[in-house]
Amino acid sequence: MTSSASSKAYVQNIPAQVLPPPASMVGVVGWLRTNLFSSPANIALTVVAALVAWWLIPGFVKFLITDAVWTGSDREACLAKGGVLPGACWAFVKDRWTFMIYGFFPVEGYWRVNLFFLLGAIGLTWMLWLNAPRRDLGLIFFLVILPLTVYGLLSGNNPVGFLTYPMDLLAGKNVAMAGIFSVLLFLVGVFVGRIRNTSGKTSLVYGVIGLVGLTAFGFVFAKLWAGFGLSQVDTAKWGGLMVTLVVAGVGIVASLPLGILLALGRRSKLPVVKFFAVMFIEFVRGVPLITVLFMANTMLPLFMPDGANVDKLLRALVGIGLFASAYMAEVVRAGLQALPKGQYEGAMAMGLGYWQMMRLIILPQALKVTIPNIVNTYIGLFKDTSLLLIVGIFDFLKAIETARIDPQWAAPTTSPTGYAFAAIVYFMFCYGMASYARMTERRLSVADKR
Amino acid sequence: MKKVLMSFAIGAAVVMTAGAASAQTTLEQVKKRGTLQCGSNTGLAGFGVPDAQGNWSGLDVDYCRAMAAAIFNDPTKVKFVPLSSKDRFTALQSGEVDVLVRNTTWTMSRDTSLGLEFGPVNYYDGQGFMVRKKLKIASAMELSGASVCTQQGTTTELNLADFFRANKLKYEVVTFATSDETIKAYDAGRCDAFTTDASGLYSERLRLTAPDDHIVLPEIISKEPLGPATRHGDNQWFDLVKWTHYVMLTAEELGVTKANADEMAKTSTNPDVKRLLGTEGNFGEAIGLTKDFGIQIIKHVGNYGESFERNVGAGSRLKVARGVNALWTKGGLQYAPPIR
Repeated sequence: MTSSASSKAYVQNIPAQVLPPPASMVGVVGWLRTNLFSSPANIALTVVAALVAWWLIPGFVKFLITDAVWTGSDREACLAKGGVLPGACWAFVKDRWTFMIYGFFPVEGYWRVNLFFLLGAIGLTWMLWLNAPRRDLGLIFFLVILPLTVYGLLSGNNPVGFLTYPMDLLAGKNVAMAGIFSVLLFLVGVFVGRIRNTSGKTSLVYGVIGLVGLTAFGFVFAKLWAGFGLSQVDTAKWGGLMVTLVVAGVGIVASLPLGILLALGRRSKLPVVKFFAVMFIEFVRGVPLITVLFMANTMLPLFMPDGANVDKLLRALVGIGLFASAYMAEVVRAGLQALPKGQYEGAMAMGLGYWQMMRLIILPQALKVTIPNIVNTYIGLFKDTSLLLIVGIFDFLKAIETARIDPQWAAPTTSPTGYAFAAIVYFMFCYGMASYARMTERRLSVADKR
Repeated sequence: MKKVLMSFAIGAAVVMTAGAASAQTTLEQVKKRGTLQCGSNTGLAGFGVPDAQGNWSGLDVDYCRAMAAAIFNDPTKVKFVPLSSKDRFTALQSGEVDVLVRNTTWTMSRDTSLGLEFGPVNYYDGQGFMVRKKLKIASAMELSGASVCTQQGTTTELNLADFFRANKLKYEVVTFATSDETIKAYDAGRCDAFTTDASGLYSERLRLTAPDDHIVLPEIISKEPLGPATRHGDNQWFDLVKWTHYVMLTAEELGVTKANADEMAKTSTNPDVKRLLGTEGNFGEAIGLTKDFGIQIIKHVGNYGESFERNVGAGSRLKVARGVNALWTKGGLQYAPPIR
């Protein structure tokens, strides 16, 4: 063994040392080679892209940062000096940012809006951050407590004022409203009872407890609320980024459940349900959002009797919510149709009922495959809120457009600066949504990676 | 059956409250509500713009504040309802706003077919031209062969065509979709002249690279009388709207200002001033107000001249000349009937 090995010196008998890959294949150079210069076509594309970037980016940087005006109290700061225009007029944004964020909200109430931003951030984190404690409570907080708190906080109205309506029955006034709310509260009690597996008479007891208990709670809360003394702020005074977030938030939260119901309705075998779902979706999708808003704003008041005036913002919220749910319904339906029939049959073979089948088998899979489209709809909705200006609501973009009109800041670069600021803020929100969606997709697609 | 009864009850309740509401005059409704609802612009330089805290100011805004001062002795009791040019008339017709003060041009068709009353003109506007100083043009008549930048699809474009045709001048029109693009193109030298309403010319000029290199030509080629509008059928309210403006004009004519109103009320022996400030006669009651509504307006908002200078004139950045908006005594068109 040893002799034969030594006699043939050209045969290596120990494993060769592993050499590092050539310098041109690792590190920055390697990355550049594989990603940017791997073929003649790629080299050409890289060169073109670099030229375009070289042509565009310095202009952007110059306008937005290096040549920009950062301080000043009026348009004089942003005017041309010696015939040369300065860059972006950030001093204008700095001076007017309160209007862009808070709109017409009274200055002494800015803390309420700030608290709304904070609560919203907490609610979002709690619900979206996977390692957060008690995420089930987070969901209740986000869907029930947060909207009521925000409504109370921003409007100054008692957010659960409706709970005391049944008391009007005793006084014999507003019978219709009081009756409706009594029944609703009773039903809430029955519903809670059902969750706890009651039936028959016990359900009725729960209903009565619900009615009496909630009304009593409403009564006590109303007293506390009055003692708190938050001044009322008309929704006409809401504006800026705040109103954009409120409207987008309501639209986003409302459109998914409504959309799911509509999608299920459209695929339902019950002819009436199907008919109404199809009619609703097709009708709402068939008209532009701007028309829906215009209808809600201009036509509705003409049909309604004098004095019966529905809040302008509420009209817009309902319009946007319904509009978004029609689109969402079609997105969800695509997911439902993507599932193989075997999933439905398998679920039925397990003996699951319709709602169980949907909740446990179908929807989790259908929603997973439609995440990109759902987020797409959300991002579209977020940006559609800028159409609110049609109905005289000053959303973020309209607030910027109005602020730039003021002669105090009229300068050649004011408008571009305002729009640049709008673009940056909209991008931050939309990119945030998209990033979270990508993360969720990666998490949920673990099962598909074999 | 129960459902039918319920919906019937709701319907009846709504109809009853509606009936109660429409039986009231506009003034009664405003007093009961505690605020005046004023249809306003969504933002127009000089006429209504919000500051950093969202407080409105402007010539039209002052009109609303003056009405609130007359009714409540408090100029802050106004709710401004920003309206687009599309939904402004519906908002007024449906009762969403009590009065529309939104740089609305008073035309015959609007006055006669929309069920509206147009009040006194608080700003006589009209289409004008802006050109570069270095062209050395002093009149629009010298614009022959010029290219003119304007916004698409507005009456501005039609007025422009009429003017040049009537004067047998040659021109080239260059249109853009938005006012931003239009002024940008003019600034970049795309056209020789820029045209829009005169009040707009002054505010657009501020957005040019070198505002001082441009002048507004004296010719006004269209009539754009801007004024408040109210609903048909409530004459007392219409009178209130009218006399709010006339009080401000009369005050300017008589030299009563925000600063000296109180003193004038005490010391003046001029019967005109006394009637204006309510120390003599009882003119306010005829329009459902107190007799000192005049002094309330002037004390809180000032006279017309003060409001004009503050918002669009020399005291503002727009620096619009008084021109036709001067008092009739100074060669303008602003003329108030006597208070007596």
